Amino acid sequence: MRTVGIVGAAMTKFGRSESSLIDLAVEASLGALHDAQLGEIPIDGVVVANMGAARLNRQTAVASALVDRLCLYPAAAETVENGPASGASAVKVAFQAIASGMADVVLVTGAERMRAVSNLEATDFVASLSHPEAEYIYGVTLPALAGLFARLYMDRYGVERKHLAMIAIKNHENAMKNPCAHIHQPITIEGILTAPEAVVNNPPIAAPLHLFDCCPVSDGAASLVIAAGEVADRLERPFVRIAGIGQATDTHAVHERLDPTDLAAVRRASERAFEAAGIAPSDVDVLELHDAFTILELAESEAAGFFPRGEAATAIERGETALTGRLPVNPSGGLKAKGHPVGATGVAQMVELSWQLRGEASERQVRDAEIGFACNFGGFGNNVVATVLRREDR
Amino acid sequence: MGHASDLEALLRPPAREMPLYPPKTITLASGEQMVVRQAARDEVPVLLEAVAPLLWVERDFYDIVAARLFSELLAYKRYRVRDEYVLVGLIDGVLAGIVNGREVDAKTGMSYHTVTIRRGLRVGSHLFAAKMEYHIEYLGEEEVLIVAESPIGFRRWMIEYPLEKRYSVQHELGGVPSWVLSRETYFAAKPRLVAGRRPVPDALLRAAEAIRLLSEEAVRQQVLGETNAAIDAGRPAKAKKGGAR
Repeated sequence: MRTVGIVGAAMTKFGRSESSLIDLAVEASLGALHDAQLGEIPIDGVVVANMGAARLNRQTAVASALVDRLCLYPAAAETVENGPASGASAVKVAFQAIASGMADVVLVTGAERMRAVSNLEATDFVASLSHPEAEYIYGVTLPALAGLFARLYMDRYGVERKHLAMIAIKNHENAMKNPCAHIHQPITIEGILTAPEAVVNNPPIAAPLHLFDCCPVSDGAASLVIAAGEVADRLERPFVRIAGIGQATDTHAVHERLDPTDLAAVRRASERAFEAAGIAPSDVDVLELHDAFTILELAESEAAGFFPRGEAATAIERGETALTGRLPVNPSGGLKAKGHPVGATGVAQMVELSWQLRGEASERQVRDAEIGFACNFGGFGNNVVATVLRREDR
Repeated sequence: MGHASDLEALLRPPAREMPLYPPKTITLASGEQMVVRQAARDEVPVLLEAVAPLLWVERDFYDIVAARLFSELLAYKRYRVRDEYVLVGLIDGVLAGIVNGREVDAKTGMSYHTVTIRRGLRVGSHLFAAKMEYHIEYLGEEEVLIVAESPIGFRRWMIEYPLEKRYSVQHELGGVPSWVLSRETYFAAKPRLVAGRRPVPDALLRAAEAIRLLSEEAVRQQVLGETNAAIDAGRPAKAKKGGAR
């Protein structure tokens, strides 16, 4: 299998955009292509990660449209829809194409324009990934699933609301240093938890989760130029190797799991990624986790093997996951504050890690970061893609 | 026809200064303190200056709400509306939002508008709650008539409280059906929606004495949901207290 890595990375500002879906995808793609400085080296394929264009924007075949807008003919084009894990799945498709020798250079762009519809419609759209007969028809939404999960997790492992609040505060603080983040708003433990006014500031969404435990609904796009090692050798650009990708699935309906607090797909996908990369969790310097809800950052960090079960809350209290801590988690601000345009998220996680591993993350740079890990959490943990990235001097 | 002053007397509703809304302070999610206090008639020019940049912001219906609020503020200043009041939210003296309304009679209040300048901290929600507090607890009214002109307003007022339909009553803002907040609904919602502490510490009160405004660019960035990195310490208002521009 050939060596594969990232030679170009860019993203749009996440948030509420007036641009069309394709304009967002074009902006991120041009940024990544500019970053890669490919010169005359052709692009063999374009993979677009998108979950909802057909429903939210009345557009299909987004990859074909992007190739046309960028005049990249005759590059192969395909759109990957894999729920919120679409982004990392698209990277996996590009990785497979290059590793197998089918392609040398592939542009991967994740894009979503969710604010084209109301929040209620967006929530319903995301809920359509749940089990149609066992969950969706009963009105289950992702916040509801996360609320049920959080209640059980908190009860079993002694996690308190203050731990979830600390995650939100950390990620908002990191996002303040990220110009691409959706939310630039510092929050405090007093304002969202301990002051009497916190009842109004931070109302319940799906108990025990409150407003500041939930990610916003975002528009945005992120893009990577992925190339074979021998192509990268011809470029005078930093090379971030895709050292390992792991993917795993779990039952569609959450209630069918033997232990609903066990994120088995996260655990298995991570194990596979670490095995492919030939490293252990203790070798990783920086994490981008899929914190659509604060409880997920905590639970994923344990399921992926970074903390023993039930101990992430203590690590958060000790500041271990802060930007200057032992293992910084979500320096980008995470989904919680950077934003969550679902199809773009998995790609954006790897854009952030690329910047971190290249030492280009400015104010939010994690010191001496060499190995990064991303967890792109699809469904409610029923389809997860984990990725290990490693800076490589070639 | 008599003197001009006689004509003015005919054009003016009976002048009455509204009862005091005791200022309160609210801890926001950011940890900042927002002082909510009544705005005096001679502070209206500063408020007009704050609202003006929003007149052409289509997003979230800021334009229609700002235009109507502008006219209501002007009518308040120039004595063309009866028994109107204005409350403002100030963070370190910088204007974060404005609400207004009027008393129809001893039992009925009329909610006019809520404009949030500092977004993302539920400022509008806090100020609307303060407005309802004023009507029910300080003016002693039995109910407040309310309409929403934006989906955000509808979610915040009609759904969150929740309000009751009162379609048989015409709201002063126009053709949309009226909803009502009753005294009973207000007190049921109060524990989860009405916040704030009194008395306000002197230092906070002093900081909230003069209204300072964000730069026009910062206001646009705030309401359009862009970064707040450009927020400055608050521009001095062009309009002087007590004088028109």
